[in-house]
Amino acid sequence: MNNSNSLLRRAVRQRYLLILLLPGLIYFVVFKYVPMYGIIIAFKDYDFMRGISGSAWVGLKYFKEFFASPYCFRLIKNTFLLSAVNLVLGFPIPIILALLLNELKSQKLKKLTQTASYLPYFLSTVVVIGILQQLVSPSSGVINALRNMMGKESINFFMEKQYFIPLYVMTEIWQKAGYDAIIYISALAGIDMALYEAAKIDGAGRWRCLWNITLPSLLPTISILLILKLGHLMDVGYEKVLLMYNPSIYETADIISTFVYRTGIKNANYSFAAAVGLMNSVVALVLIFVSNRCSNKLSGDGLW
Amino acid sequence: MKQQEGIGSRIFDGINIGIMVVIIAVSIYPLIYLISKSLSGVEYVKANLVYLYPRGFNLDAYRDVIKNTLFWISYKNTIVYTVIGTVLNLAFTSSMAFCLSRRELLFRKTITMLVIFTMFFGGGLIPNFLLVKWLGMYDTMWSLILPGTISTYNMIIVRTYMKTIPEDVIESVRIDGGNELQIFYKIILPLSKPVLATIGLFYAIGHWNSYFNAMIFLKTNIKFPVQLVLKEMIVDQNMQSVSTAAYESLNQQPLTSEMLVAASIVITLIPVLIIYPFVQKFFVKGIMIGSVKG
Repeated sequence: MNNSNSLLRRAVRQRYLLILLLPGLIYFVVFKYVPMYGIIIAFKDYDFMRGISGSAWVGLKYFKEFFASPYCFRLIKNTFLLSAVNLVLGFPIPIILALLLNELKSQKLKKLTQTASYLPYFLSTVVVIGILQQLVSPSSGVINALRNMMGKESINFFMEKQYFIPLYVMTEIWQKAGYDAIIYISALAGIDMALYEAAKIDGAGRWRCLWNITLPSLLPTISILLILKLGHLMDVGYEKVLLMYNPSIYETADIISTFVYRTGIKNANYSFAAAVGLMNSVVALVLIFVSNRCSNKLSGDGLW
Repeated sequence: MKQQEGIGSRIFDGINIGIMVVIIAVSIYPLIYLISKSLSGVEYVKANLVYLYPRGFNLDAYRDVIKNTLFWISYKNTIVYTVIGTVLNLAFTSSMAFCLSRRELLFRKTITMLVIFTMFFGGGLIPNFLLVKWLGMYDTMWSLILPGTISTYNMIIVRTYMKTIPEDVIESVRIDGGNELQIFYKIILPLSKPVLATIGLFYAIGHWNSYFNAMIFLKTNIKFPVQLVLKEMIVDQNMQSVSTAAYESLNQQPLTSEMLVAASIVITLIPVLIIYPFVQKFFVKGIMIGSVKG
């Protein structure tokens, strides 16, 4: 009794704060937590007329259907492969870029390189894929023009399944490497210059300094970012893939999220798509927790 | 102090400069290529002779795009969505960030935890889609704006920043009889300008560049943002290039759809390229703020 009274008194005292909180709170309830409740349609036969709560329960029917479907393995494999290749090739490049920039003597060239390399980050996915199409176009793209000059046949890159992952990863690196390097550059700027001075007096060369001072100082940043990326290994967005793929390359290009989009939004198979989506988000959540746990164990630091 | 350098070190410096030049070239070449194509004569594009600069310079592609009314309507729509969207983003994000930065807020820890949880788990595409329909926002501008009003990540960044504002500044308003609303807009908002500018730019670029929500939520094409119109051009071109290959040898020389796409993309890029030199610094700062753990 007394307790609830003092709670009420506190609420009255901070009424303006609570009013200010209200819009944000409503946003989170409506647009974040209501959809979480909506997940239950994965366990129901969603019927538009009856609504979410009125639809009949079907238990794990759609989960079983997915695991029994011929696409299941292909989707998981494609998602994992795309993400893994992207990580293995895309993760070290910003680090190398930052280290090379750090070794530059000319500040002007450093600035210029940075300015040029961030630029692609600001382009939209649609624009990036539009440009890519122009570059690799079989009839009038520069890549095929070069191939023809060397006496080779043109390739229709967007129609051949083995080019999907390379094109995806290359555009990803092109767009993000410069931007991702920023965080390493700022970490490099934070290294105490006295360490280098001391090393120089001891006769250490550039290579030694890199190996014994620079890299160890970057290690915490590298490990945190790596763990973050590992946590997102199974969630690859659909935005870019949707613009790049077509039925003739589904074999390598169709991933879980694009499959959810096609079955759910395009074919209105809501419950099935929600079940597949839910599975994917649960796996993602588990990965995040595991990688955070690892991070805490290994470096004594994590996301939380 | 100039230091004695070994020959290996000098060679490395030379190679490094070379690498940087390559990086600069790779970063901007695709844009140069695109611009060149959009400004070239159709006969050069068809013969695949444009690589680095426009050949047979003309503005025909731009002239054609300018005649495309849907393109301009969508361009205007994008500006409207970006402006309204960003204003709402900033209002919602800053007010919530302020509340969560106040230590005395009731249930602050619980609310913060519930908010952070949404960064790692969500309803996913289908429940979100059904929600927008159920709220009656399908095929309205609000379907593009309201579902993303607060980015949790951005909100946490702003909250972290606001926490660093010294308590005595706030106390001084309170002593003058000011309430929390006054503290918020008289003290906290002005002091948070740098972080809000950065976050605002992130939000604005996000609105300017997005196509997916428009694709699933809008069906009337006069409401489309420009990215969606571009996306349809790119996909349509894909289909056309398969079918037109057969009758390529017609004597008339209409512009290729690729040139039109190139010109359209360049037009959507103009604002981005104009503000890029100014915003670039903000973005770099933004990442630094974001990297401070809160």
